[in-house]
Amino acid sequence: MIGSLESRIPDGPLAEKWRKHQNNSRLVAPNNRRRFEIIIVGTGLAGGSAAATLGEQGYNVKSFCYQDSARRAHSIAAQGGINAAKNYPNDGDSVYRLFYDTIKGGDFRSREANVYRLAEVSNLIIDQCVAQGVPFAREYGGLLANRSFGGAQVSRTFYARGQTGQQLLLGAYQALSRQVAAGTVKMFPQTEMLDLVLVDGHAKGIITRNLITGEIVRHAADAVVLATGGYGNVFYLSTNARGCNVTATYRAYKKGALFANPCYTQIHPTCIPVSGQHQSKLTLMSESLRNDGRVWVPKKKNDHRAPNEIPEGERDYYLERKYPSFGNLAPRDISSRSAKEVCDEGRGVGETGRGVYLDFKEAIARLGENTIRERYGNLFDIYGKITGDNAYEKPMRIYPAVHYTMGGLWVDYNLMSNIPGLHVLGEANFSDHGANRLGASALMQGLADGYFVLPYTLPNYLAGQIGKRPAPDHPEFLRAESEVRGRIQHLLDLDGARSVDSFHRELGLLLWDKCGMARNAAGLQEAIERIPQLREEFWSPNGGVSVLGKGETFNQSLERAGRVADFLEFGELMCRDALARDESCGGHFREEHQTAEGEALRDDDNFADVFAWEYQGNGKPNEPILHQEPLHFESVQLATRSYK
Amino acid sequence: MKFKLKIWRQDSAKSKGGMKRYEIDQVSENTSFLEMLDILNEQLVNSGEEPVAFDSDCREGICGTCSLTINGEAHGPSHPAAACQLYMRQFKDGETITVEPFRVRSFPIVKDLVIDRSALDRIVQAGGFVSARTGSAPEANSTPIPKHNADLAMEAAACIGCGACAAACPNASAMLFTSAKISHLAFLPQGQAERSRRVLGMVRQMDVEGFGNCTNTYECEAVCPAEISASFIAKMNREYAVASLRERMGE
Ligand SMILES: Cc1cc2nc3c(=O)[nH]c(=O)nc-3n(C[C@H](O)[C@H](O)[C@H](O)COP(=O)(O)OP(=O)(O)OC[C@H]3O[C@@H](n4cnc5c(N)ncnc54)[C@H](O)[C@@H]3O)c2cc1C
Repeated sequence: MIGSLESRIPDGPLAEKWRKHQNNSRLVAPNNRRRFEIIIVGTGLAGGSAAATLGEQGYNVKSFCYQDSARRAHSIAAQGGINAAKNYPNDGDSVYRLFYDTIKGGDFRSREANVYRLAEVSNLIIDQCVAQGVPFAREYGGLLANRSFGGAQVSRTFYARGQTGQQLLLGAYQALSRQVAAGTVKMFPQTEMLDLVLVDGHAKGIITRNLITGEIVRHAADAVVLATGGYGNVFYLSTNARGCNVTATYRAYKKGALFANPCYTQIHPTCIPVSGQHQSKLTLMSESLRNDGRVWVPKKKNDHRAPNEIPEGERDYYLERKYPSFGNLAPRDISSRSAKEVCDEGRGVGETGRGVYLDFKEAIARLGENTIRERYGNLFDIYGKITGDNAYEKPMRIYPAVHYTMGGLWVDYNLMSNIPGLHVLGEANFSDHGANRLGASALMQGLADGYFVLPYTLPNYLAGQIGKRPAPDHPEFLRAESEVRGRIQHLLDLDGARSVDSFHRELGLLLWDKCGMARNAAGLQEAIERIPQLREEFWSPNGGVSVLGKGETFNQSLERAGRVADFLEFGELMCRDALARDESCGGHFREEHQTAEGEALRDDDNFADVFAWEYQGNGKPNEPILHQEPLHFESVQLATRSYK
Repeated sequence: MKFKLKIWRQDSAKSKGGMKRYEIDQVSENTSFLEMLDILNEQLVNSGEEPVAFDSDCREGICGTCSLTINGEAHGPSHPAAACQLYMRQFKDGETITVEPFRVRSFPIVKDLVIDRSALDRIVQAGGFVSARTGSAPEANSTPIPKHNADLAMEAAACIGCGACAAACPNASAMLFTSAKISHLAFLPQGQAERSRRVLGMVRQMDVEGFGNCTNTYECEAVCPAEISASFIAKMNREYAVASLRERMGE
């Protein structure tokens, strides 16, 4: 069992911690770097930037992703923008303000020191990306443009049309490509990590499956970095790409890495509503739209008139009414819950009644259609393609959808998990967003971790590891390999009747219902009972999941079956975490704990800490051990979040 | 809605493939094209037939994973859009729909509708970047860039790397893809230092990969989901001419 959780936050004043830590960290000399092999799983903003930077510094990097090219990692889909404390608009922004907004946005459930560091390096990210040729939006004078995002009263978001993630990722991918050409990074696309290998308690390698040939390979290294993204797809329907999964981090969890705050999931307020039973994913309409769009529903229940037939006086601009100072730019958790509330009251719009309007009429009248097209053209196009509606003429219909997961593997200030040598970056870790992430800060965190944090903290671990890399035929590797093979064979041997997707869909609906925008003890308990039954059905030798084809070929059913099998265990952990956290905070809304006005009611006396779960081996996923890391607030006052 | 489907099935890179017929019924018009294939696959699994392999990830037109030729057109009949952005309402009830992988010599078939596009990665590795060491960048606003140039760079940079341009081209040329990256970086001050090396390296790699030449049919532009303009090809050709002249002069 694990002792107390050592967060390794350096002491000293908040603003000096990172500098001090950098000065005190151990280094690896340039001529020694090529003696180290580093495995980096994931080529999104976090993994891609880390691999490019470490390769450039002279380490030997192996970079893995499941897509056919590093450039297709899910970061590519991010739309709205990336935050930084440049204060170019001269509107009062600063590192401290970005830090404070992020801590407050996270409902005081993140680490001060990590968040402060994030805000500090944010400016370097913008410099770096511009130097790579990222075509950020600019003003006529040639300087960089900014816009606002939720949870902030300054304009600090940098963007490249509605394709910011794409452009930032291509910047990182190009830097990575340069290292591939230089021979410092070796790429393994279409290769899925299926297990982590520990030797003497240290992370020293992974087992992978080549998705094209089915070949299982053992990779040994001096350190392993996971940058495998979020697990939002546990809900089946989410804004994440189809392939996003929890396998890498969940496999690490089963090898002893602690999973922190798994119940912290973000439901994004502005997505295109669910339309049919066979829908495979939900599409985000960037939060940036809330800069100019106004959210409303009819004041009357069951009002089926067309939106333009409803007079001003009969509309309820509920965000502006409830949160006058932030209005339509209230944070995501609050905006989502408000949408659910008005729909629960019977005031939702659209066929299903699960939708609210996002209306641009006033903005178009004020700024002209051209300006709106320039700002959001591609989003309006996406909306048009999916719904067949023209949002320049009638308001968009939107509804909240699962979008981001704040929970992830527990890491210390060095971004190292409790397993020495295992580092976790980007959405895959838990570190910076507390119980709710602010818009445009995931891209910032991914690139901060990869370009500017790990390159300083990884050497601190490596410095003590010269010559300790095991051979890939070490017994621990052979054992892990045979486990992986056994699991694959087990799936193929099941003579099942149901498709992988049908299990996934059922799990997703259950979680959305019991562990979604609102949760309560009874519902969570129900889910905790139901999920193991579903798991049993999945694995049942007849009547369970059906995986056709062979293991030694390209086999998408097999890939998905492995991922859904992990979701079927992980979903339960999420519910356990949500049940144990007997308070409301950020995106975790326990119906038992709310103010008279229906806002989340935190319990700082009992829950101002990180929940980190330890797996209890031997096929007993139902009894994980809970560890708690207290959160110390030295610089900010714990306050009730108010956006009124 | 109801459809007859003719889908390319091929076990592996080495085996021979062929068209196979399927029928599908009760598809809602709001189903996306890929969701229609999901439904078909679910039916195939339930009847014990291996599902059709096809690639997709973001399903919103940005990751560039889709690689379907539908009714003879890369990404299908509705442009500009990637195959994942097609909805069944764009087809006629009862229609026969043919689905094949992108057919390009340099994109070998992996299985059914899945192809190997690593050639595109190698073109980028041959110079499609700015060598900007992490941590050594100057303050971002120290180099103003006229909005017009930044906008042009963004237009070129919007390429999603799907390879539809090569699939639509009668010569299987990847020039739209390559020229988009070259133009993106050539429009920006940051791209200047390596401008010549870049175009020479990328164009030569394109030839090594076996892509064909451009004969101005503009099919690439017509199918491009990111609306990349074929005028970038002309720009690339100019860049290449200047760079090779300089190279010959020993500059
Ligand atoms: C639609 C959408 C829009 C968004 N917009 C914004 C925005 O405007 N601003 C913002 O800040 N944030 C935004 N976000 C959030 C942000 O995009 C993500 O949090 C962030 O990009 C995650 O980056 P990452 O590097 O951690 O992971 P990802 O980009 O998800 O990359 C994960 C990588 O891990 C690999 N991988 C995963 N599992 C395995 C495995 N088992 N084996 C091998 N490889 C594996 C994948 O192949 C991939 O390369 C958005 C998210 C979505 C869904």
